[in-house]
Order: sequence, then structure tokens, then C-alpha cells
Amino acid sequence: MNQAYFEIADQLKRRRYRTVMAVLAISIVVLFIISMNTGHIRLSPLELLRTAVGSGTDRQELILFEFRLPRMVMSILIGAGLAVAGTIMQAVTRNALADPGIMGINAGAGLAVMLFISFYETNSQASIFILPLVAWGGAGIAAALVFLLSMKRHQNLSPTRLLLTGVAVAAGISSAMIVLTLKLNPDNYQFVATWLAGSMKHTTWNYVLALVPFIVVIMPYVCYKSRMLNVLNLGEQTATGLGAHVSKQQIVMLAASVGLAGTCVAVSGSIGFVGLIGPHLARRLIGPKHQFLLPTAAAAGALLVIAADTISRSFSTDVPTGIVVAIIGAPYFLYLLAKSKS
Amino acid sequence: MSQRANSYSDTVVSTPVQATTTKELTTTTTTKIRTRPWTASIILIGGLIALPLGMAISICFGAANIEFATVWNAIFHFDPNVSQHHVIQDVRLPRILGAAMIGACFAVAGAMMQGMTRNPLADSGLLGLNAGAAFMLAVCFAFLPSLPYMYLILFSFIGAGIAVGIVYGIGSMAKGGLTPVRLVLAGSALTALLSAASEGIALQFGIGQDLAFWYAGGVSGTDWNHLKMLFPWVCAALIGAIMLSRSITILSLGEDVAKGLGHHVRTIRALGMLIVLILAGTAVSVVGAVGFVGLIVPHLTRYLVGVDYRWIIPCSAVIGSLLVVFADLAARMIHPPHETPVGALIALIGVPFFLYLARKERRGM
Repeated sequence: MNQAYFEIADQLKRRRYRTVMAVLAISIVVLFIISMNTGHIRLSPLELLRTAVGSGTDRQELILFEFRLPRMVMSILIGAGLAVAGTIMQAVTRNALADPGIMGINAGAGLAVMLFISFYETNSQASIFILPLVAWGGAGIAAALVFLLSMKRHQNLSPTRLLLTGVAVAAGISSAMIVLTLKLNPDNYQFVATWLAGSMKHTTWNYVLALVPFIVVIMPYVCYKSRMLNVLNLGEQTATGLGAHVSKQQIVMLAASVGLAGTCVAVSGSIGFVGLIGPHLARRLIGPKHQFLLPTAAAAGALLVIAADTISRSFSTDVPTGIVVAIIGAPYFLYLLAKSKS
Repeated sequence: MSQRANSYSDTVVSTPVQATTTKELTTTTTTKIRTRPWTASIILIGGLIALPLGMAISICFGAANIEFATVWNAIFHFDPNVSQHHVIQDVRLPRILGAAMIGACFAVAGAMMQGMTRNPLADSGLLGLNAGAAFMLAVCFAFLPSLPYMYLILFSFIGAGIAVGIVYGIGSMAKGGLTPVRLVLAGSALTALLSAASEGIALQFGIGQDLAFWYAGGVSGTDWNHLKMLFPWVCAALIGAIMLSRSITILSLGEDVAKGLGHHVRTIRALGMLIVLILAGTAVSVVGAVGFVGLIVPHLTRYLVGVDYRWIIPCSAVIGSLLVVFADLAARMIHPPHETPVGALIALIGVPFFLYLARKERRGM
């Protein structure tokens, strides 16, 4: 009888998962279409259609294919990537507050960009190509630092130690950034601040191409390992008891998370909030099992970022996407918290 | 003993995403609380001696060095004709007292937050305090640029208060009441919202660097008027914190344990939040988010004196004061007459130390 009960529960769960995913997917498609139409220069749906099949004017093609589409594709990829990275972090550290930023990624990338800007010209064409590389390097170094400092010989990785180390390293880097901030000239400061807030203004297809390999390799791998995340989330002792090689799996998962989030941050600036809120939204929608949770989180994150980017473009001045993400994401999250059962 | 202490910290430190704590809590109730009253007493007495000493040293050194005898005279035999006496009385003394007060505020608020939420990452910033204060400050800078300093502090405090109110309200609105995880989540979501809003305002009005300068100023702007206004509140809140410390120790063992022992968890938590608001709200509105003090000092204190909050809270206050007083001194000494941002300095001193503590990681909450 118990067996039958579990089977029914499982079926219900799967049905709910399909519904949730369908709703999220449809919303993303709808937003995608709206988003194509949004921006400084309006294109009517007919014009859009004509441009999409290749018979628009040069100007329309430029707007659609070179400015809007890369940004939109980018938003979807970044949203999905950061949300998945956040889900992994929360499972591995077993802390509801963990996000990829806890590995020092955002801080490291930010400091690298700030250092770069304070030594070189901002507006040169080259900086647009070099900047993501610099940020990527900074993120990687910071993550490696956090990781090395929290490792102890002959001991498993302790989630608490990792979190505390991460916070400490991020605090140290931010304080260095405060000192640098005061020395920057106002123009450079404005540039760095916009970058830090997560602006996707400069997105080109090159950025998207740089991001795609990471997403394509890491995301399926993590989904394939989703059961391992379930086990790790039970705590070290239980996980070891269930036969998991805890230490190794934790490290692999963390590396996956850093790889995803670091690349996302490098190409888009720090849109950090998605990594925190994406997994929580998904958990409220579908529950804690990672085989359902990971895709749902990815879809929710993608939806959030593309919505934010659409809104940010519909203002006449370009509000950084990262700010819009927090401004629309946080109230919804608070609302969910307020009406949630314990 | 160390084996038991280890298993204790393992079960209590992390806040799991799913609540699996009930089972673990039964093990914690049987574990003896690790505490070192002797170390704590030494810290308290030593700290209370070192504090006036540190303050005196800090008054002596600065852009212009002043002899100790002059300092003594300026405080106890004030002579209005001597210019150095004026420097000491009007500039350095209030600044040092402010530094000491703010250190104690942040440290105690952080300790209480960590105890109440049982999360090692908690500090007063988690209630949305820092972000609320910063948001109000950004609004003031953008829309009311000519506001006097006193009103800036007042508005910052109001911002902090509103933020805490929202976090607390949303946390308790949900069925099942205010749980630590929910509190912490609501706090970080609101923090993200408010900092995004202030970032947006800062970018729109181009005041980001002004804000950074304001925060970098640290305690340098404090004068007697502020101290007079803030001192009674801070004192009352500190006494309140010490009175509440017993309940916080029990709350830090877990909500179920506290309820089982007949404590009114909701009342304790509400009172605790109020005290944290007064302490951290004051501190944040005067110096900005020097938040690292609130995170690091409780960890250090817990490492030294054990997990009993009756000792942690007073010791945190003393250590926090000392830390900020010396950091402020260092900030003025590094390359005078320029000042290094005191928050950055505290983080730079604090980070290696915190890393060391994190490596030892032996504490329970």
C-alpha cells in the first residue's frame, strides 16, 4: 500500500513538474517576442517578421541581429547559468543563503575590472574584448583562493569553513575596492559602477559564443549528477553512509558552479541576485529534488533575467539589468516568503 | 571532550536548506555548553583597562601629535586659551568616544544576530539595516543635497528602522511564524532590493562616489551633539542586550529546546530585534556599513570564551570597541594628513584573522 502511495505521489510530482516547466517555457517565449519589440527604436510586429526572414532594411537588421538578439540570448543563458550555479552552491554548502558570490566570484571579477580600468583607458575598443577576460581571471583567482584557504589536509571540505572563508575573502576584496573607488576619476568610476551593477549594454555575439561552451558542457553534466546533489544535501555523514565519495563530489560540484557563474559574471557584470533567488523560486514551485529543481531553477532564472533586461531596455536611459533583476525579483521573493507555509 | 565539542559544532553550525534539525537537536541537548568564564573575565577586565589606554594613545597621535600631559590637562583641567585643548575636546575626544561606542554596537548586534538566527554568516546587515540606511542616504544625497549632517544621521536611522520592520513583518506574516531561515532570506532579499535601488539612484544622479566618500569618512564627523543624542539609547540597548543574553544562549540551542525550557521564543526574538535595531541602526547611520566588525568580533569572542552568550555579549562589546578605536587610530596614522577609510582598514586587519578562525573552526553557535 505504501508502495502505491509513493508511486502516486511521484506521478503527481512529475505532472506538476511538467506543468511548471511548460508555463515557464511559454512565458520565456512570450517575453522573447515582446523583448524583440522593445527598445529605443520600436519595430512593429510586421517589420520584425520581415526582418527575421531576411527582408528588412539594413537598419532594422542591424538593430535586431546585432543589438537585440545577442542581448536576449545572453539574458537567457546568464539567467539559467547563474540559477543553476546557485542551486549547486546551496546544495553543497547546505546553506539557504549561499550563492555563487560566496566563492568570491563577483568580488574577484569586480576588483579585476576596477584595477584594469584604473590603469588603462575605458573607452578604447580593445577594452571591450579584454574586459571579460580580465573579469574571468579575477573571478577564477578569487574562487581558487577561497577554495585553497578553506581546504585542510586530511580533512573533508567543511561547508561552514567554505562559507566563512568566502565571506572573509569577499570582504577583503571589497575593502580594497573601496580604497580604489576613492582614487578613480569620476568618468571611470561611472563605468565601473555600471559594470558592477550588471549592464548588458555591450553584449555582442562574441560574448554569447564565449559563454555557450560552458553552458553546453556544464549544465547537462550537473543535471546528470542531480541525484548526487540530493545526497550531498543530506549532510556529510548521511551522504557518506549512502556510499557517496563526499569530498570528491563536493569539489567537482563546486568547480562546476564556479565555472558557470564565473563565466556569466565575466560577460555580464555582477547580476548576482539570480543565483540566490532562482533556486529558491524553483524550490517553492517544485520542491527540493534536484532532478526537477535544476531545470526549473534554470528556467526561472532565464525568465527573470530576460524580463529584467526587457524592462531595462524600455527605459530611455539604460538602467543596468542587474538592478532591475533585484528590483523585480526581490519583491516577488518576499511575497513568496510571506505566504509560505513553514 | 574535544570529540564531543566537534560533533556539537557540526550539528549546530549549518542551517540546512531543508529543516532536518529536530532530529539533530536531541543530540545537542545532551551536550554540555562549552564555556570559559575565566578567560572571559580576563578579557573583560583587561579590555576595560586597555580601552581607556587605547583611547588616550589614539588622542595623542594624529595629524599633529600631542603630548600625553596635554591630553590629561585638556580633559580634566580644560583651558580655553590653549588651542591644543580645543583640538582634543572638540575634535579628537568625541571622535574616539564615537569609535568606541560604534565598535561595541556593531559587535553586540552581530553577536545577538548570530545567536538568534544560529547562522554563522549572520550580522546586523542581514536584517536589511545597512541597505536601508544606505538607501535613505542615497535618497537624501540625490533629492535633498543640502541636508545638514544631523538630519542625514536621522534619516539613515529611519531607513534602517523601516528595513528591519519590513523584514520582521514579512518573516512573521508567514504561517508557522518567524523562523531563522525565513528571517535571513527575507533580510537578504530586501538587502538586494534596497541596494539595487540605491545603486540605481547613485548611477542616475552620479552620486556614487560622493556616497563612497561619506562612508569612507568613518567616525571623523562625530561631535558632542551626536554623542549626547546617541549615548542614552546605546547604553540602554547594551544593558538590554546583557539582560537578554541568557535567553539568547538558550535560543542559540534551537527553537525547540528554548520552547521546551519554557521560554517565550517570539518575545525574546522581538526584543532581540529591537535591540539590534537600536545598536546597529545607530552605528550604521553614523559611520556607514563597517559591517565586518559585527561579523568577526562575535566569532573571535566565541573562539575565546565559548558559546555562552552571557559572556559573549559583554566581551564582544569590549573587543569591538578596542578594534574600532585602534583601526581608527591606524586609519589616521597610515599616511597623514589623509585618512584611510576605516571600514576598509578593519576588513584588511580582520580578513586574515577571520580566515585563521575559519580554519580552526571549532565553534558552535
